[in-house]
Amino acid sequence: MNAPAQHPPAVRTTCPYCGVGCGVLAKPDGRGGAIIAGDSDHPANFGRLCSKGSALGETLGLGTRLLHPMLRDNGVMVRASWDRALDAVAGGFAKTIAQHGPDSVAFYLSGQLLTEDYYVANKLMKGFIGTANVDTNSRLCMASSVAGHRRVFGADTVPGTYADLDSADLIILVGSNAAWCHPVLYQRMIANKRERGARLIVIDPRRTATAEEADLFLPVAPGMDTALFCGLLVHLADTLAMDYAYIDAHTTGLPDALARAREIAPDVMATAAATGLAPADVARFFALFTATEKTVTCFSQGVNQSAQGTDKVTSIVNCHLATGRIGKPGRGPFSLTGQPNAMGGREVGGLANQLAAHMNFTSGDIDRVGRFWNASRMAQREGLKAVQMFDAISGGEIKALWVMATNPAVSLPNAGFVREALGQLDLLVISDNVASNDTITANAHVLLSAAAWGEKDGTVTNSERRISRQRPFLAMPGEAKPDWWIVTQVARRMGFAEAFGFNQPADVFREHAELSAFENNGTRDFDIGALATLSGDEFNALDPMQWPARVGAPKADTRFFADGKFYTPDGKAKMIAPAMPKPHAAVSDEFPLRLNTGRIRDQWHTMTRTGLSPRLGAHLPEPFVEVHPDDAQGAGLRHHGFARVATPYGACVLKVVVSEGQLRGSLFAPIHWSGETASSGRIGELVGPGTDPFSGQPEAKATPASITVVEFNFRGFALSRGRLALPAQTWWARAAIKAGEGLLLATNDAPSLWRERAAVLFGSDAEIAEYIDEPRGSYRMAAFVEGRLAGCLFIGPAEAAPQWDAVKLLFEAEHMGAAQRRAVLSGKSTDGLADPGPVICACFGIGLNVIRTALADGVAGNVEEIGKSLRAGTNCGSCLPELKRIVADGRIAQTV
Amino acid sequence: MSEPLVIIGNGMATMRLVEELSQRALGRYAIAVIGEEPRLAYNRVLLSSVLAKEVSRGDVELRSQAWYRAHGVSLIYGQRVTAIDADTRRVKLANGGTLPFNKLVLATGSKPIRLNVPGMDLPGVLTFRDLGDVDSIEKAALRNRKAVVIGGGLLGLEAAYGLAKVGLQVSVIHLMDRLMERQLDARGSAMLKAAVEAKGIAVYLNAETAAIKGAQRAQSVVLKDGREIGGDLVVVAAGIRANADLAQGAGLDVGRGIVVDDHMQTGKANIYSIGECAEHRGLCYGLVEPAYEQARVLALHLCGSDARYDGSVLATNLKVSGVSVFSAGDFIGAAGTEQIVLSDPGLGSYKKLVIAQGRLVGAVLFGDTADGLWYLELIRSGASIDAIRGDLMFGRALAERALPKDLAA
Repeated sequence: MNAPAQHPPAVRTTCPYCGVGCGVLAKPDGRGGAIIAGDSDHPANFGRLCSKGSALGETLGLGTRLLHPMLRDNGVMVRASWDRALDAVAGGFAKTIAQHGPDSVAFYLSGQLLTEDYYVANKLMKGFIGTANVDTNSRLCMASSVAGHRRVFGADTVPGTYADLDSADLIILVGSNAAWCHPVLYQRMIANKRERGARLIVIDPRRTATAEEADLFLPVAPGMDTALFCGLLVHLADTLAMDYAYIDAHTTGLPDALARAREIAPDVMATAAATGLAPADVARFFALFTATEKTVTCFSQGVNQSAQGTDKVTSIVNCHLATGRIGKPGRGPFSLTGQPNAMGGREVGGLANQLAAHMNFTSGDIDRVGRFWNASRMAQREGLKAVQMFDAISGGEIKALWVMATNPAVSLPNAGFVREALGQLDLLVISDNVASNDTITANAHVLLSAAAWGEKDGTVTNSERRISRQRPFLAMPGEAKPDWWIVTQVARRMGFAEAFGFNQPADVFREHAELSAFENNGTRDFDIGALATLSGDEFNALDPMQWPARVGAPKADTRFFADGKFYTPDGKAKMIAPAMPKPHAAVSDEFPLRLNTGRIRDQWHTMTRTGLSPRLGAHLPEPFVEVHPDDAQGAGLRHHGFARVATPYGACVLKVVVSEGQLRGSLFAPIHWSGETASSGRIGELVGPGTDPFSGQPEAKATPASITVVEFNFRGFALSRGRLALPAQTWWARAAIKAGEGLLLATNDAPSLWRERAAVLFGSDAEIAEYIDEPRGSYRMAAFVEGRLAGCLFIGPAEAAPQWDAVKLLFEAEHMGAAQRRAVLSGKSTDGLADPGPVICACFGIGLNVIRTALADGVAGNVEEIGKSLRAGTNCGSCLPELKRIVADGRIAQTV
Repeated sequence: MSEPLVIIGNGMATMRLVEELSQRALGRYAIAVIGEEPRLAYNRVLLSSVLAKEVSRGDVELRSQAWYRAHGVSLIYGQRVTAIDADTRRVKLANGGTLPFNKLVLATGSKPIRLNVPGMDLPGVLTFRDLGDVDSIEKAALRNRKAVVIGGGLLGLEAAYGLAKVGLQVSVIHLMDRLMERQLDARGSAMLKAAVEAKGIAVYLNAETAAIKGAQRAQSVVLKDGREIGGDLVVVAAGIRANADLAQGAGLDVGRGIVVDDHMQTGKANIYSIGECAEHRGLCYGLVEPAYEQARVLALHLCGSDARYDGSVLATNLKVSGVSVFSAGDFIGAAGTEQIVLSDPGLGSYKKLVIAQGRLVGAVLFGDTADGLWYLELIRSGASIDAIRGDLMFGRALAERALPKDLAA
């Protein structure tokens, strides 16, 4: 008897994608993969997962991984030992600091890092190297919310919790496509709508998937959110709907804020004019907000990614403060963060304009943190925020940069400039888990193989301040190492061994918790002192928990500000008068449109993980631009044709999607494609570098742009087991498929030229099947090696582009029958089509399978009866010998 | 009284005509069939299968003696007709007897062309046309190990296949630069050559026979270019010619064959011709399919219907050397036509469709011929294929699935 197979238990961990922070159960399959399910005990998701989270199991392969450190040697990256690589980093940084001072070096971190990774990097830079040049891709994500919170609350505090979304009667989503970007949280809002009748208002220039469920959709003009909420503040004042007791007791600044609001949007009509909305819709919005005590206003990148993002945040918060709707169940402004651990990074203080643990660059805080760390060289002032940091790199002021877990050559605004700036560094160190990305190919000197999700061990914090464990369920492959370990090793090699004695993630977490409570005494919102004494086992077993977690304080309501106490010097919230709203850059004759950017449902960031999932790749496989029908007509664009989108900073060639949901004069393009996944889809290159004066966050959603038609005569696709090299002039987008890669193509090269290329595309030993309809511009080929489909290439006229769905299925299948092989170049599925088998009776076209079926079903028992029932063999009779054999074989089969 | 109907020739066309008549007008005619071969009608298509010993001689007989008796058909076989008197409506037999007719059908078929080169009369030089030839070849094959087949058309390749199957070392010599040039395009021919060679048969193209050499018996075939190919059995399968001597003697109009109109009637009333010996609209057909069509039309005509034969769209649909081959219409592709090609050498499959003005006008299929009849239908109907052009190559089921229901006939 076989013993029952030993199945390891599922590991509780946290999803590596958005800021919702869903609990995940991962059950290793023993072959390097894992079965993924939602964790029904996790309070962020109660078992739900979105499409991306569900597909995590498809993203665990090692095909694209960096599995050992590498060093540049004579211009080529070669494998190196950890010893050599760490020495190169420590030595390189030390040398640069010695020659040019601490401000000549910088770290660029990521919301993908765990809190422990963040903590060690921040400590090394701000306490021992002596500069605050530590910034992160969170700068692109929620820096305006941080700045807004800090300006109004005196601290970067998210007041509410997800439970508020369950009990609110009105949920307002501003600049948030939550249906695609925070799907699990969005479903929670929809459940409230369905079960409790909550109303949903969506404010977004685009009619997104989120807007489909809205009771009121407000297609606000780009950048005019502030005007809308100023109009609301005026309306609240004019209808005497404010909570004056709360305002008097707990806020300052209302008179100035209101006076400015009256300048910007004095009434409904003025608000409608400024925002481009219908006056009736504006009035309805005002009325709903005014009448609904339990209102939550969620905001995301549409608010944050703006040169006036901080003002947008504070305008929203002003309306909640003016009505006292904050910190109470079902009430409050709510920043939805984009990244899995943007919040953890904020808690650590891993940003250039924060010091550590929600402390700032005040002399008191610098002294306090310096004493806590026993720091040898404390940074004394704020460092350079992301955009400025890369300006300084370009300008030669920063000479050594360490990038961890992010891809700035794709994701930063003016990304072409960024890529060139990277090329000027004396030392570019990259810790990542992929072997290649646009940043690595820009100019890496040292590559450090970092552990990936599923291997990493530590904590993350989600949008509602909930700290959850990311636990490992896979062994670290090759020579991959955790980021906190890598930084610790470099710190030790730089001479700071005493302050970097960490041996476990729990060591780092305890110190982080201890710092949060150090000389806090309720003066700082972020305090998890109660966790500073966790044992290793307790850390491993830590359940998801919300902060604050002060020593000795009861774990009751974790909301902030219900008591009206804020973290400003006077303890009151400071209502802010915003600047006049306008986009950073004006449109012009040359660039008459505005380019909005964002995410799509099934991809994440630069696709280094989601791009590995065939399921996710199937949703929207090409980089595209959405255009309003009128703008499309004006530019001569066709739906599913191609267009060149240009801004003063760069240009991309994208597939055109004509959409009624797009605002006139506004374009939308997703951010995910890079030089690794598309020939011309690096949207970051198009985004202008203008930033918010308070947050330093770039305006990623309103760059002046132009759009012109691009004609490709032919389109098609290729499927391959390995990576294909295509001619430079080909437009392509790469998508994951099972057991290979898919490329979608557009080209002006004639099919005959593709035929020449195809001869060697899949190796010289392949058998090549071909379909050629030259007058119709069609060429299709499939390469077989030992009967297995090794690759295929379909080129057809652009107006009737070949579709790859059916071919992909055949390509992904382990085995292919003869009937399927005969149909593979049709590009169509043979499902549901009877397969008559090879022809036996040529005169009547009767196939072997048909004859066998007739014999098996008893319809015919001999050659004469086959002739009677099927006509086979009754004309020329040349198949009679074969029919005899088939009958004989059938009898043998029956007797066996 | 039944009307006397005499049919000269006892091949496949005659058999079909008799079957059609007995179904439609049993008893209207007193049918007499006169066959020169000393046996019942048989399936000539299976000659190579008999030679290859895949079927027995009995298996290829089309109908039994009893069938003829049961349907009242007089069968006179082993008798040659020597003359026809159209005026007195009598046919003269080799044994001196005569037979009266009211209606006469000439279905005399064709005979192999014998080359006008030295050595054709040597023992060991045979043709491949009837079961008698099969007997001779079988006898010769018992003594000989090497055979040369002259002619790389269908019949020659079939003979070569049969000989190779029974263990002879076979060479095929062909006058043209490719095999079966009348049924296949260059690529199809090349694939056929590869398939034939894979069976161990040597193929010589552009090979014109100059002489057959041998002292007492054939020993080799000498080509015009001087090459000499050894073979003690030489099978000549270099083409056929209509058997029209009788018709000529009777004063009927004879061109390449016996000239007939759309009712299959010769220039003389009540005298008809069908099958390989008939010339309709300038064409003699060498395949069984048109012969069957002609037999059907004639049967209808003889029963009083106004059936007409419009000629056959030439289609080849057969197996040669074990490979399925189909061709129809303008499968080469004249100037101004468009072509779609699908090939998968790994499956031994090649297909070419020829399109003119949005209609299918020709097709050649090698290896996978499942859709041949559908293409033939499309060629014959001249229906527009614009709506299904992209799927046309992949078969009827797939192509018609995409059509609206009312268009998918």
